Amino acid sequence: MIELNVGFVPLLDASILIMAHEKGFAEEQGLQLKLMKETSWANIRDRLSVGQFHVAHMLAPLPIAQNLGLSPLKTHLIAPFALGLGGNAITVSQMLYGAMGESISHSSDPAKAGAALRAVVTSRKAQNLSKLVFAVVHSFSVHAYELRYWLAASGIDPEDDVDLTIVPPAMMGDALATGAIDGFCVGEPWNSNAVAQGLGEVVTTKASIWRSSPEKVLGLRKTWAEDNREKLDTLLVALHNAAMWCGSPLNRDEMARILAKPQYIGVGEKIVRKGLVGNIQGDQTQSDFLIFAERAANFPWVSHALWIYSQMVRWNQCQYSSAAEKIVSQTYRPDIYRQALGPFGVSLPGGSSKVEGALTETTRVPASGGPLNLGPDGFFDGIAFDPSDIKSYLTELGRDIALHNR
Amino acid sequence: MDHGLSILLVDENTDRAALIERGLHEAGYNRVSIIRETKGVLKKIEDISPDVIVIDLGNSSRDLLEHMFLVSRTVRKPIAMFVDQSDEQSMYRAIEAGVSAYVVDGLKKERIKPILDLAMIRFKAFEDIRDERDAAKSALDDQKLIDRAKRNLMNAKGLSEDEAYESLRKAAMAQNKRMAQIAEAVMTAQSLMEQCDDRT
Repeated sequence: MIELNVGFVPLLDASILIMAHEKGFAEEQGLQLKLMKETSWANIRDRLSVGQFHVAHMLAPLPIAQNLGLSPLKTHLIAPFALGLGGNAITVSQMLYGAMGESISHSSDPAKAGAALRAVVTSRKAQNLSKLVFAVVHSFSVHAYELRYWLAASGIDPEDDVDLTIVPPAMMGDALATGAIDGFCVGEPWNSNAVAQGLGEVVTTKASIWRSSPEKVLGLRKTWAEDNREKLDTLLVALHNAAMWCGSPLNRDEMARILAKPQYIGVGEKIVRKGLVGNIQGDQTQSDFLIFAERAANFPWVSHALWIYSQMVRWNQCQYSSAAEKIVSQTYRPDIYRQALGPFGVSLPGGSSKVEGALTETTRVPASGGPLNLGPDGFFDGIAFDPSDIKSYLTELGRDIALHNR
Repeated sequence: MDHGLSILLVDENTDRAALIERGLHEAGYNRVSIIRETKGVLKKIEDISPDVIVIDLGNSSRDLLEHMFLVSRTVRKPIAMFVDQSDEQSMYRAIEAGVSAYVVDGLKKERIKPILDLAMIRFKAFEDIRDERDAAKSALDDQKLIDRAKRNLMNAKGLSEDEAYESLRKAAMAQNKRMAQIAEAVMTAQSLMEQCDDRT
């Protein structure tokens, strides 16, 4: 049995790794996963980078940022497998929810919620009140980019109209309770947990802002992948099987029971279940709130990596250059995914990059190894991302705030 | 001797912070500041403008701290977490010891290395003290449990102290368990019996 140290942060989107261990998918492949819980993404990054973890549950932008030289560590990281799509939501304090008014109750429409928030921001400005504070989990997280995307598309300048800060996922509820923040964007179960404690209300979800959007990846050192290719391939088979199991609605009760354990998430089963089912806002159910296997959820689309890079440039975390674009493209490794899973008849898309946000409905695409359904995957403002032309995309997005503020 | 470097220690554990601070003072570093909470850390960093920030790896505020380095206009930007990126072994050892450090740009690695080494040694020493204390405490708890089980057997079965001890020891050997585990089982069985007796 080959032992692998696996770092994770207590979140529903660590499920594939946890179930690979708990349900025997790893063991089937001769792998013993040693799951190690961490409280900060910095720790995940550091312990992975120096080799204490072989692989880790990672925010998709983390390996990209590190390879671009934006992290304190320089070890080259890669992402050959995505750990699902969606799974986050935006929650605001009861005070802010009240101020946003009736129009947003029982709706997860980001445009409505955004307009309501904009009205609050404008009125606070007129009264000389302090800026609202929103928290995300890390500077280099999809949370940061989707929160900013939603704000900007709603005519709120994330750099100027609000303050943004960082709070670890499990502490979001506390930060809301003490009034340190007015809202946050975080993965489940930390929205549902805050709502259950009466601390806040969910106003929209990641899946509503951008359907079928990337979130966490399996991160590892490039050198480790090169030296341990066989181990990595068998790990991907185990994770693929675990993802299929996680994706089946029949297994949700058992999943919730396992994830609720203190060594994993340590939050009540009922609360954990909400995110798995997609019932995190009132009585509504969003069936594609969190996707583990469908819609090619585990394929590391290079276009996802490039979208993340486009947002890093948009929010001045780095400059645009074609050299950087190349580094980003090579951080995601669909080639490894293909080589590891192709022989097992897993459906593989023809290309490794696609226009994001172009599919308004489920679409069958050409694939080897059987039919592959993608989408729907639209952005709520209707703008699509063509990875071959990042500059035009940024110009188009730049008009967002300008239009609203005219 | 004063090395002239300003060092900020961020540690939620007061005892450990004191241990490291003492070490730094003894080694001639006189400009050491400590903060326990990350709340207000940015203000503190602005005030003392540290050359080196040492923080417990397990501190959940590291993501926030790094965010501040990234966005703050008033703080000198720390560049790297470790003295020498090429020295993977020392990075590994620091992380193993639970230490991370942020160093401002332009400092020579020879000046930083002793600080990091000292922090690592003291972190490790603190862990060892804690492990020893935990082990001592658990040994004491075990002994108490065994004594109680022994007395119960003596009362219930009329055994001598040696006989009671011997029967616990044999059961532990046979079941490949610690004596404390067997003692616990005896106590559980005893209380179950008492509950049943009460009901009849």
